[in-house]
Amino acid sequence: MPTVTRQPIDDRRWQRIVQTMQRHNNRPDALIETLHTVQDIYGYLDSTILSAVANHLKIPPARVFGVATFYNHFSLKPKGDHTLVICTGTACHVKGNDQVLAWMHEHHHLAPGETSADNRLSLVEARCVGACALAPVILCDGVLTGRKSFEETTMVIEEWLGNAS
Amino acid sequence: MHRETIDRIITEHRQFLDQFDHHVFVCSGLGCPRNDEIRRALERAVQTQHLQDAVLIRKVGCMGLCSAGPLVLIQPQELMYQGVQPEDAEEIIASLGKSPIQRLLLPADLAFFTRQHKNVLRLSGRIDPESLPDYLVAGGYQALLKTLATLQPPDILRSIQDSGLRGRGGAGYPTGLKWATVAKAQGSPKYLICNADEGDPGAFMDRSLLESTPHAILEGMIMAAYAVGASQGFIYIRAEYPLAVQRLKRVIRDAEQNNLLGHSICGSNLNFHIQIRLGAGAFVCGEETALIRSIEGKRGLPRPRPPYPAEKGLWGCPTLINNVETYANIPPLITHGPEWCANLGTDKSRGTKVFALTGRVRHTGLIEVPMGMRLREIVDDIGGGLTEGHTLKAVQTGGPSGGCIPAALLDTPVSYESLNELGSIMGSGGMIVIDETSSMVDIVTYFMAFCRDESCGKCTPCRVGTAQIHNLLIKFQNHRATMADLEMLEWLCDLLKNTSLCGLGQSAPNPVLSALRFFRREFLDCIATEQAHEEVKP
Repeated sequence: MPTVTRQPIDDRRWQRIVQTMQRHNNRPDALIETLHTVQDIYGYLDSTILSAVANHLKIPPARVFGVATFYNHFSLKPKGDHTLVICTGTACHVKGNDQVLAWMHEHHHLAPGETSADNRLSLVEARCVGACALAPVILCDGVLTGRKSFEETTMVIEEWLGNAS
Repeated sequence: MHRETIDRIITEHRQFLDQFDHHVFVCSGLGCPRNDEIRRALERAVQTQHLQDAVLIRKVGCMGLCSAGPLVLIQPQELMYQGVQPEDAEEIIASLGKSPIQRLLLPADLAFFTRQHKNVLRLSGRIDPESLPDYLVAGGYQALLKTLATLQPPDILRSIQDSGLRGRGGAGYPTGLKWATVAKAQGSPKYLICNADEGDPGAFMDRSLLESTPHAILEGMIMAAYAVGASQGFIYIRAEYPLAVQRLKRVIRDAEQNNLLGHSICGSNLNFHIQIRLGAGAFVCGEETALIRSIEGKRGLPRPRPPYPAEKGLWGCPTLINNVETYANIPPLITHGPEWCANLGTDKSRGTKVFALTGRVRHTGLIEVPMGMRLREIVDDIGGGLTEGHTLKAVQTGGPSGGCIPAALLDTPVSYESLNELGSIMGSGGMIVIDETSSMVDIVTYFMAFCRDESCGKCTPCRVGTAQIHNLLIKFQNHRATMADLEMLEWLCDLLKNTSLCGLGQSAPNPVLSALRFFRREFLDCIATEQAHEEVKP
């Protein structure tokens, strides 16, 4: 784990993380559940918090970092103000979401996993959100849109970005 | 909870439901967007029309036909309205007891519904997923009560074995045999896991079951715990399914408060607890040994078997691990007896199977059919054929571990054996209909990219092999491949299949091999040289 300058951890938020660990009797197997809580609270896994979690659960920081990087769901970088999820499950792929990804790259210069320079928008590629019958599916800040053509989908995205503040 | 308490809840709830002349069911699954707004609009309409004493708006689970959603069902007339919008609410409520609204009405005899055989989906879309009284009135937990009161663990094991039930997660291992192994295994405590890590893209059976009838999954798990002697259960579920997680939390709490989970369940000597563990986006965690490591809070790396989890699983203790749909099959199986399951399906694939029917087919959604049904019936009758102007090319089953069944073999019955013979697998139940606009080279490249990204990296054949196969496929996609590449592709697929550590690597070549078997021409067309034309000459 990279060395970090220790910043004071916000007490109230840290208490919520401690609660998760305590619910599992502070056992090492609480790690993944704890990381979920950290990401829920902060939006990503902050390295200062990861060190504190390692300490609290008495797990080597390397293992915490190993788990944090193994699972796709966890992000070590902060997300933008808004998140666009493009599903690339099989049904969405067959129905053309690869075009939407290419379009995002061309028009918004974002590849999956990237956040725009002004921190406004993060683009996330999901390996199936399980709404395959509505394919192709996108989620604008968690709101699902499906069963639209490529042109309609890009219009939905532009409209959402225009309205989102 | 004792039988008297349950009977009282049932009587009171039934009395409550019977007060209303009309029940309006609104889907509350992920598959029907804006359903919250529709439900609120219907509730408002009931108030403005002063029908609070006559009409009950009920939130229910998935009704199956997602492509016609958002769906609303009117009871007792069994009228189903499709594509409902909040603006339709006033009209729907005003029409109750009068003639139905023709522009929204779905035909009652739609093959999508009439050709199905609902077993584990029988309550899906018929009850409020989060309501214990709803589930009880529908006959829920009766199988558990019967089990605890009249059956001994060996009786259940025998019933499960006699039924011929096989694991619904994909591999099709005999459920009865697995349970018997865990029951016999030495070691304590024993654990029980429900595998809800539905990572296979194109599949949403488990999501829908957990969102629609979560109590049924708990009931199956509790019965399994009684049969094998487990005291602690875990549901390992994808974090990508927030609604299912929220509902599971709620029903576990309700079950605990009503003595259906916890100590001395329903006055018996069974103690059983269930915890939820969230997955974190790793496909490999669907593999049982990787999943177990993940519950232990570690990276989800698989390990060689044996020892199987039935003997040494979670924290080295005997562990029963089954898929969501397998547990959902248990209560009806005990209620109706093993013959009932054995009489459905084929000789070696018994019972029913839930599929997520998607892709280029008219009716997409969640279906349940008896095993042995021909693919043609599923695509043409239940699915209503292909979307206008398109022709069928293949049906993909088993996701990134499966293969494609070409249109010419559409009379294949759906069973573990017949799909295996064609180089595909039953898998967990994703069924994607592909038309002539999709290139098979493109589809297998897509699947291989998925496997490459999801390879955990522990064993070399899978880590390196999936990347190399993907590189080769890219050459085919770009029409730069050679005959030597084709040979190398087949050789690598064979290598991966035979030397990878776990199911992910062993089955990753399946889509490629299956496409090479049935759509070889498409690969040859991607070969730039003259050589390609040599091979096809007689």
